[in-house]
Parts: sequence; C-alpha cells; structure tokens
Amino acid sequence: MKRSGVLLLFPLAVLLSGCDFVVLAPAGDVAVQQRDLLVISTLLMLLIIVPVMALTVFFAWRYRQSSTKAPYTPDWDHSTKLELVIWAAPLLIIICLGALTWLGTHLLDPYRRIDRIEAGQPVTQGHKPLRVEVVALDWKWLFIYPDYGIASVNELAAPVNQPIDFRITSSTVMNSFYVPALAGQIYAMPGMETKLHAVINRPGTYTGFSANYSGAGFSGMRFAFHGLSDQAFGEWVTQSKSAQATLSRETYLALERPSENEPVRHYASVDPDLYGAILNLCVERGKMCMNEMMSIDAKGGLGLAGVRNTLPLQYDKLARRGAVFGNDPSYVASICTAEEAAAAARAARNDDDSGWPLRDLSPLRGVGLLAPGAGSRRADAGAPSLGLLRFDL
Amino acid sequence: MPETLTKFIFGRLTWESLPLHEPIVVGTFIVVALGGLALLGAVTYFKLWGYLWREWFTSVDHKKIGIMYMVLGLVMLLRGFSDAIMMRLQQAIAFNGSEGYLNAHHYDQIFTAHGVIMIFFVAMPFVTGLMNFVVPLQIGARDVSFPFLNNFSFWMTVGGAILVMASLFVGEFARTGWLAYPPLSGINYSPDVGVDYYIWALQVAGVGTTLSGINLICTIIKMRAPGMTMMRMPVFTWTSLCTNVLIVASFPVLTAVLTLLALDRYVGTNFFTNDFGGNPMMYVNLIWIWGHPEVYILILPLFGVFSEVTSTFSGKRLFGYTSMVYATVVITILSYLVWLHHFFTMGSGASVNSFFGITTMIISIPTGAKIFNWLFTMYRGRIRFELPMMWTVAFMLTFVVGGMTGVLLAVPPADFVLHNSLFLIAHFHNVIIGGVLFGLFAGIAYWWPKAFGFKLDPFWGKVSFWCWVLGFWFAFMPLYILGLMGVTRRMRVFDDPSLQIWFVIAGFGAALIACGIAAFLVQIFVSIRKRAELVDVTGDPWGGRTLEWSTSSPPPAYNFAFTPVIRDNDAWWDMKKAGYRRPLSGFRPIHMPSNTGTGVILAALSVALGFGLIWYMWWLAALSFVCLIATAIGHTFNYHRDFDIPAAEVAQTEEARTKLLAAQGASA
Repeated sequence: MKRSGVLLLFPLAVLLSGCDFVVLAPAGDVAVQQRDLLVISTLLMLLIIVPVMALTVFFAWRYRQSSTKAPYTPDWDHSTKLELVIWAAPLLIIICLGALTWLGTHLLDPYRRIDRIEAGQPVTQGHKPLRVEVVALDWKWLFIYPDYGIASVNELAAPVNQPIDFRITSSTVMNSFYVPALAGQIYAMPGMETKLHAVINRPGTYTGFSANYSGAGFSGMRFAFHGLSDQAFGEWVTQSKSAQATLSRETYLALERPSENEPVRHYASVDPDLYGAILNLCVERGKMCMNEMMSIDAKGGLGLAGVRNTLPLQYDKLARRGAVFGNDPSYVASICTAEEAAAAARAARNDDDSGWPLRDLSPLRGVGLLAPGAGSRRADAGAPSLGLLRFDL
Repeated sequence: MPETLTKFIFGRLTWESLPLHEPIVVGTFIVVALGGLALLGAVTYFKLWGYLWREWFTSVDHKKIGIMYMVLGLVMLLRGFSDAIMMRLQQAIAFNGSEGYLNAHHYDQIFTAHGVIMIFFVAMPFVTGLMNFVVPLQIGARDVSFPFLNNFSFWMTVGGAILVMASLFVGEFARTGWLAYPPLSGINYSPDVGVDYYIWALQVAGVGTTLSGINLICTIIKMRAPGMTMMRMPVFTWTSLCTNVLIVASFPVLTAVLTLLALDRYVGTNFFTNDFGGNPMMYVNLIWIWGHPEVYILILPLFGVFSEVTSTFSGKRLFGYTSMVYATVVITILSYLVWLHHFFTMGSGASVNSFFGITTMIISIPTGAKIFNWLFTMYRGRIRFELPMMWTVAFMLTFVVGGMTGVLLAVPPADFVLHNSLFLIAHFHNVIIGGVLFGLFAGIAYWWPKAFGFKLDPFWGKVSFWCWVLGFWFAFMPLYILGLMGVTRRMRVFDDPSLQIWFVIAGFGAALIACGIAAFLVQIFVSIRKRAELVDVTGDPWGGRTLEWSTSSPPPAYNFAFTPVIRDNDAWWDMKKAGYRRPLSGFRPIHMPSNTGTGVILAALSVALGFGLIWYMWWLAALSFVCLIATAIGHTFNYHRDFDIPAAEVAQTEEARTKLLAAQGASA
C-alpha cells in the first residue's frame, strides 16, 4: 500500500519538478522577501490546520456509529477549558501572524525606497536608482527612461543589483504591473500614479504582464524584462538610442490607440514632458491637465465660466460615444499654458508664429465670456448649461 | 418604415444585435428553445398551467417559495457551470499559438457571466431558498412576516435571472469581469449593451434580495414560538438572522454604486470616469463594501446547516452553542471591516494595508472556533454517515485549506505576488465550493425529506458526492500550483507550453464535477421514481433535534396545528424526551395569507423596464414604469389578502396524519 502510494506520487513529482515556480523562486530581492513571508505564514498556519484535519479524520473514524466501544455522551455540550483552548489557539497564531504582517507590510511597502540590494548588502550612496516610467496602454506597455531619454514598448531592461524606481500610470483603464521574478504587483490606473521600488539580482530574461483584466487584448499584454549586467545594459541603451523612431506627443497619440500583441519597439528620444502629460490626461494639445485643473479648483475654481470652458472632442482613440442623455463628448480646454504664453509673446515680438501654433478658440463653448472675477457675470447667467439634454438650450 | 420610427420603437436593437453569425450561440439557442418548447408543450398538454399558477407562481407559502428558489438556483447552476466548462476547455487548448475556440469577445463575456450567475443567481437563490423553507419551520411560525413580499422578492430574483439569460441571445453580456470595474465598464470603454444588462439584472434582483432580507429579519425577530428566546434559537436560524442583517446593511450599497455607474452611462455624470474629476477607485471601494459582506452572506447560513447536521448525525447536543452564536455575530460585524483586502495593490499606505490585513486574519479566529465546535460535537458522538454528514466532513477537510490560503492572501506582501493570480481563483472556489456548495448539498439532502416526504436516493447521492469532492480537488489544486507559477486570471491564450498539463488536469476536474451535477440530477429523478420505497411518514427521518422535525413531511400549509412551546434550544429533542404526544383534538381555525399574482406582474414589468432601459426603448421603459407604480398602488387596494382555514379542515388534515402514523406503527 505504502509503496504504491509513493509510486502514485512519482508522476506528480516529475510534473512539479518541470515547472518554473517563479513566485517561490524569484530573482529579485523584494520578491524573495515576499516569498519568505509567504512561506513563514503558511508554516505558521499549518501548525493549526494539520492537527484540525487530522482530528477531523480521527474523530469521524473513532466515533462512527458502528464503533460501539467508543464512549457516547449525548448531552455533553460544554467545557470551559476546551472553549478557552479553542479560542486561544487561533488567537495566538493570529497574534504572531499579525505582528509579522505589520512589520512585513511596512518593510515591503512598494512606495518605500529599498534599503538593501540583497541580504547583507545594504543600499549605499553609490547606488543611483534607475528611474523608469511605466504606462499601461491598450494593450501594450510603454517604458520611458527619463535618465537616458529613451523609451521602449513591450520590453523592459535594467542592470542587476541597481535599485529601480518605477512610476506607473495607465492611459485608459486599470491594469496591474507585475513582473513575478522582480517584485509584487501594483495597479496602473489612469490619471493616477503608483510607485514600485525593486531590484533584480540575477541576470536573465523574465516575463512581465498585466495582472488586471483590461479588455479584449489583455492576454497579449506581456513583455520581456531583461536583467542585464552593467555593460550589457549600456549596450542596450546605445542600441535603443540608435533606433529610428522618436516618441513625441503625436507619435504617442498614434501608439496609444488600441492594438493587440504589439512587437517590441524602441524610441531613440522622448518628449521630456510626455509622461507628465500622460499622467495628467492632457497629451492632446489644448486639453487642460488634471494637475492644472486641481490647482485651479483648489484656488476656488473658475466659477460658472468654467462650466463652459469645454471643447468638443476632436481626437478620440476609441471612437467613443457619450452617454445617451449626456453632453456630446467634450474635454476641458486648457487655460493659456506657459508654453502658449511664451509662444504668444514671441509671436508678438518677432511677428513669427511658427514656434507654437496658437489655438483656434472658436469652438470653445464659453467664448466671449468675461474672465472669472472680471466685473459682471451677467453674460453667462443668461444661458445655463443643463448638460442633461443634447439640445442647446 | 422610416428610420426614426424604427429607432423609436426598437431603440438600439437591430438585427445585428442577434448573434446569428455565432454558431455556438445559435446552437445553444436551438437547444434551449427546443427544451423550452418541450417543457411548455408538456405543461400545456398535461393542463398544468392553472395548477402551476394557483399553487406555485402566486403562492405566498414560504415552503413553496423556498422550493421555487431552489429550482431557480439549480437551473442557473447549469448555465453557470456551462460557462465554467467552456472556460476550462478554452484554457486547456489555447497553447502553442492556438487561439482556442473562443475569441476575446466571447471568452470575456463568459467569465463575466460565470461569476455574476454563480454568485447572484445560483448561490443567492439556493441560500435564500434554504432560509425561506427552513427558518419559519424552525421557529414554529406559520409563514414569514410579509408573505406577499416574499413572493414578490422571489419573482424579482427570477426577473434578474431572465435579463441575464436574455443577454445570451439578444445582444451580449458585459465583458468587464464580474464586478464591472470602471473605467472599463464606463460608456467610453463599454459602449454596448453588456454592462447595461449587468446593471439592470442586478438592480432588479437586488430589490428582491433586499426585501427578502427585511422579511426574514422581521420573521426571526417577531415570530418565534413562545419560549424561544434568542439564545434558544437553532443555530441555522441564528446564522440566517446574521446573514439577513448583512443583506439589509450591504445590498443598498450595491444598489447605490450601480445607480452611480448607470448615471455615468446614461446621463453623462462623472462619478467614475477618468476625466472631469471622476474617480474609479471610489467604485472599487464601494462595490467591495458590499462585496465582502456578500461572501459572508453566502457562507453563514451554511455554517448553520453544518451545525444542525453535525449535531443531528452525531446524536449529540451541539458543542459550545453560546460560543457558536457569538462567533457568528463577531464574523457578521468584522465582515464590514475588511473590504480593502480585495485591492491591497491599489497603493494604499502600509498602515492602511496592514490594518485591513490584520482585521481579515482576526475573522479566522471565530471561524476557527466554529470548526473546533463541530469537531467537539463529533467527539464522543455516534456518527451516522448519511449523505449530509459526508458532505459535512468533506467540508471540514476542504474548507480549512481554503481558509488557510485566504489568510495567506490577507498578508499584504504575499497578496502582492498572488493577487489576481489563479491562486486567488483557487482560494475562493475552495471556500465557495468547499463551503457554500458542499453545505447546500448537505442541506438539500438533509431537508429534502421534510419538503417532499421521502428521502433522496443514497446511491446516486454518493456518486454525486465523490464526483464533486474529487472533481473539486482535481479542478482547483492545479490552479493553486499555476498561481505559484505567476499565472494570472482571465487569460484567454498562453505562450508557455509547460503550463498546459495543469490546465488539462483542471479540465478533467471540471469534467468530474459535471458528472457530479449529472449524478445529482439523476439522484432527484431516481428518488422521485422510488419515492414509495424512500418514503418517510414520521416527519422525523434523521432523529432530528429542532422544531421542523416535529411536524409532518411535507408540512401542512399551516405548518403547525398548534404553536409549540419551547423550553430548550434543541426544542424537538427536548419534546421527544419529555414524551410529547401530538394533540388530536381541540383544533381551531387558522388564519393564513391569500395567494396573489401581483408579485409575478410587478416582476414582469420590472423586466420590461430593464429591457427598455438596456435597449434605449424609452417608450417601453416609461410605459412599464408607469404600470409598475400603478400596479403597486393598485395592490394596496386588494382587501382579499387573508382567509381562515376552518377548524374542520385542520382536524381532517391532522387525522389523516394520525392514520398514516398508526399504519406505519402497525407495520413496524
């Protein structure tokens, strides 16, 4: 019986040995610590789970109806001592686990800078973190390296044993940025930024993907993560710099349109403001950035004039429709940006309007309104926008 | 017909909305249509319409409504499981460059529908049905507090189910995952009818669930037999009370959050959009403030079932009744303090994450206490391994594993590596199948004789049991393993061929479960055929301990000829020990509620309203809404809402039972 049991286990062992348990054998220090926590917690819980399972089987067998030798006490239903044990045993385990959780969660907070490269090797002044800006697109990943001015699609590279600072956002819907060999995942959300700090310790090529369902092309949203030696990483950067393509706002707008199973791509240079514009949902020119909007709102907002400071949607990556009873799709127009102000000043000075195209403001729904706080508001009080019906009341 | 008129009448419903070009859907439709026609034909042929309408559809009898809930759950289980088996097949073959047999459009609808159906239209009706049937009997009541509301709640749940089923053949279902996170579920990224079907199906069914929650709370609080203090209530009644408190406190949150999403989609508000100051994180928080209590809504009543079953089949009082009750109440309260553990990865600070992680772990303490209590109920008992007890032991062995992986996922850094992975999928199927479903099968086998007067066939029950238990382990252990290999959920195709074998094993497990479901259906069929052999006239086939076993099987419409007086929490056990004798004379007229068709009509109008809103047929929505309000008001003028069962009829019913019992006694 025993031998046949072992024989039955053999194919299972073969199956298991052929697998890549990346979560249990990761290559980055953060993931290693997370794995350790996982294993310790499991062992702690097994302390109570195993006896319970064994007792269940034992009691079920021992007190079966046919075993008349076993004692039978039909009215025994209380024992203070036993109750104490019943509540205390799980409580003790949870106290240990809770302490472990509190410590582990704070030490492995993804927003916290890592303080060690590996066990016994603390991060020193000499370690300059590699900054990577990650954007989840429909349905591919864009990685921007602000330190090198390069970018890549569906390929991520980092030198081994150097801290990496990820700044993560998304262009449309929620995704989750996850490289199991490197560190745990964190959501990528539009209009918001999440952070992840990690380090890769062993060179190699690992898989990364989105771990949060994001629509039709979700399955293909995978990328290769290369852990490279310093020299190889240098070569990778040089190679990227020699790519043909560059990433400007316009090329980004083409890139962000939904597409599936995109090949790897490199960009030799990147508009330095691009990531900020993506994060603030204002890559399209003339659209007000979220941070700008929030700072205006924090100062009291634009009043009623702000309601009409919207433009009909012109660029639309999804050919989207508005709500059936809502306004036509529109966006908030930017108030004059610093760039525009500078360009306008230049144009006035030099009669040169080639630098920055001044916007045509005629589609703006609130054109002709008084600037907020400038005297009478009667002009815009006449025709309030109800926003509910598509008629221009 | 001019285009504007067509558009006015049909909204956005066109010929293209019908999936005529999808062979799988068309095939399904043909099978469903033929089956449906056969059923309707049979009902017409045997002239059953009048009977069904009078005795079942319009019935306000809690027992019949309970049984109808179970039928609904079973029908929807078949649909939900078909989705599951399609997913398993797709994932088992989509390797080495193969796209499988489902495109993203289909596959994404299937996994969404699977989750929605299994939670809202399988687990919920099963649980509500069980509570509906058992609770009034256990507390010695003749019906629930609001019998009409009970009928109405049931039909609203059916209404929601009809809308979900309609999406299969008219239009499409949501492709967003079962919780429809925005912005993906917003109008910009899901402009078609799928999410609207989702919203209105859940809103319609949600009305039913909330009302039935209120109804059962009132019933338990106000209608207990004299002498049944709170601490003498059977544990199943206690867990039902806690579940319904959870329902009443959490379903309004779901209604509100879905209303906000509907406003975003219909009138262009910006609660959860990316632009204009919307925030999708708000939706995620709100939906889980409903969603986490929801999992306890499902499991608590089954904890009650296991308590009843363990105590009955061990022939022993339940160990630690008081601590069992307190554990249930603690779980009820704590279930509101843990919702954030569903999204540790959203980037909350370490302190927030640890708080919710630790509160989650704390729930495992009362749950652990419950397991120990069942364990010590078995200790020094005389355990009869009938079907309900087999399910209970299987539950205890399976559920603790699911509980352990659950606590593991509550450790935030561990969650970062396992969140959204197949490990998570394995975990919640481990607790929902191993806890809720095993409990339901235990409950069905346990109370079936009460409902119908004969036991279920044990042979096919055992076949079903072993197929389910083994099938579960085969289907979900590979998913735990895949989760540890970093494989994420909701994937349609894979590029690593070494994973395939695990998906094949999981598919084999799903096939075993299919056999389990088939064996369960055969069991019901065979039992009905052999009902004469399996008959139980005593009304107490298991040596029961609670009040429902004191009356006949099936119980008369009025449940109890005389309201029993309770002296102990094992009321019937106590009565039996005290030498209880059925009263044979002195019957009095019994006041009962009358049947009404209003519930069916209101629910049908709600379905029409939902359908109108989904397809932008505004005339239909407006018309059905007006009719809905008018019918509801009209019903308040219905004064034929109760009647008295004459004393002579009660005496006749009771005498028939006396004779049956005497005949049984003579033959025995």
